[in-house]
Amino acid sequence: MIEFVLDGRSKVNTYVQLVQQVKQALRVGMLTPGDQLPKVRDVARSLAINPNTVLKAYRELELEGLVEGRPGVGTFVKATLASAPMSDQAELRGDLVAWVHRARDAGLTPDDVTALVQTTIRASYPRQEEHA
Amino acid sequence: MEYVLETDQLGKRYGGRWAVRDCTLRLPAGRVAALVGPNGAGKSTLLHMAVGLLRPDAGAVRVLGRAPYGDTELLSDIGFVAQDTPLYRDFTAAELVTMGGKLNRRWDAALARTRLAQLGLPPDRPVGKLSGGQRAQVALALALAKRPSLLLLDEPVASLDPLARREFLQALMGSVAETGATVLLSSHILADLERTCDYVVVLSASQVRLAGPTDELATSHRQLIGPRHDGGPIGGVAAVVRASHTDRQSTLLVRTDGPITDPMWTVREPSLEDTILAYLTEGDTRASHSEWGVAA
Repeated sequence: MIEFVLDGRSKVNTYVQLVQQVKQALRVGMLTPGDQLPKVRDVARSLAINPNTVLKAYRELELEGLVEGRPGVGTFVKATLASAPMSDQAELRGDLVAWVHRARDAGLTPDDVTALVQTTIRASYPRQEEHA
Repeated sequence: MEYVLETDQLGKRYGGRWAVRDCTLRLPAGRVAALVGPNGAGKSTLLHMAVGLLRPDAGAVRVLGRAPYGDTELLSDIGFVAQDTPLYRDFTAAELVTMGGKLNRRWDAALARTRLAQLGLPPDRPVGKLSGGQRAQVALALALAKRPSLLLLDEPVASLDPLARREFLQALMGSVAETGATVLLSSHILADLERTCDYVVVLSASQVRLAGPTDELATSHRQLIGPRHDGGPIGGVAAVVRASHTDRQSTLLVRTDGPITDPMWTVREPSLEDTILAYLTEGDTRASHSEWGVAA
């Protein structure tokens, strides 16, 4: 079972924060198919948030086919987001580390690197940008 | 859509002064609504009319389709936590739960005892000797024991410290999830509202300035920053809620009816708090400098 944590300073909508946290847990393998999400009542109580907000987040995850609600039982994970196996990620990470070192040696600041990465992501994943 | 609480040009007068006037609103079932406004705006008066403690002087209020004043049968469907949670202070929490069972036609004593036990409250101490936060929890547990369809709370967290406030809101949100009750709570602590409420009613100077679902308010309001504006129409703007000007710049909070495409304006999405404050300021009537005999 995961526990939701809200970023109080974030401008991101509360329900979006819940959706993002579930997706992150799916990506890193903290949640796998069959796992149950916390009950709406428990999330509402522990975070002191409106239960409709939790329902909205779970509905969105359901629409994306990631979870399914079983009436009277709870909400369960149906799919996974862990895409590339960890071994591939290690290789990608190695490439990235080498590239970041080149950028640093070329005199780029961390902010320059972030900006460059973000514009590249935007150009390479044109549709996901709208959603984020 | 089913409305749990409806008012139609509702008014209440104390002597020559209207505490609430021309108040028309519809609260859909299943909402957690915030009633926001400065002190003296008429929030308590509106809640007292909804729970049948005050008789309207104009218009009508209906709860579940019926007028609450004098309707004792309807009262069993309304839970009410009054300001500063007045309870019989010499009674213990356990005695109050028992008393509630004798005074109410529908009463879930087991629910109240379970809630109070979960919170670790002492059953045998007079509630007058409990902390403010504990007393508020007792009042909430008693209101919920009626299993009401509509729960009205008048400034439930105003006098609580931050920890007690959070614990109270946790208990409230948990029970809303369990029971599906519709809630109307008055508050002037705006920071709590963004997460707990999905509907907002702004009351200022005895009138409703704004009422609607919070997500609609977020999409239908924008803050515009641009060169000084003379008041002419702006494409996409339905109404200017609040404007402030310097000699060069205008900052506007507007209600939109379409996209604002004029590149002259920097467009931002205001927080719920910013939007509510703009409506509160709009209804604000301040004394002028001349009334104080000083230069502006």
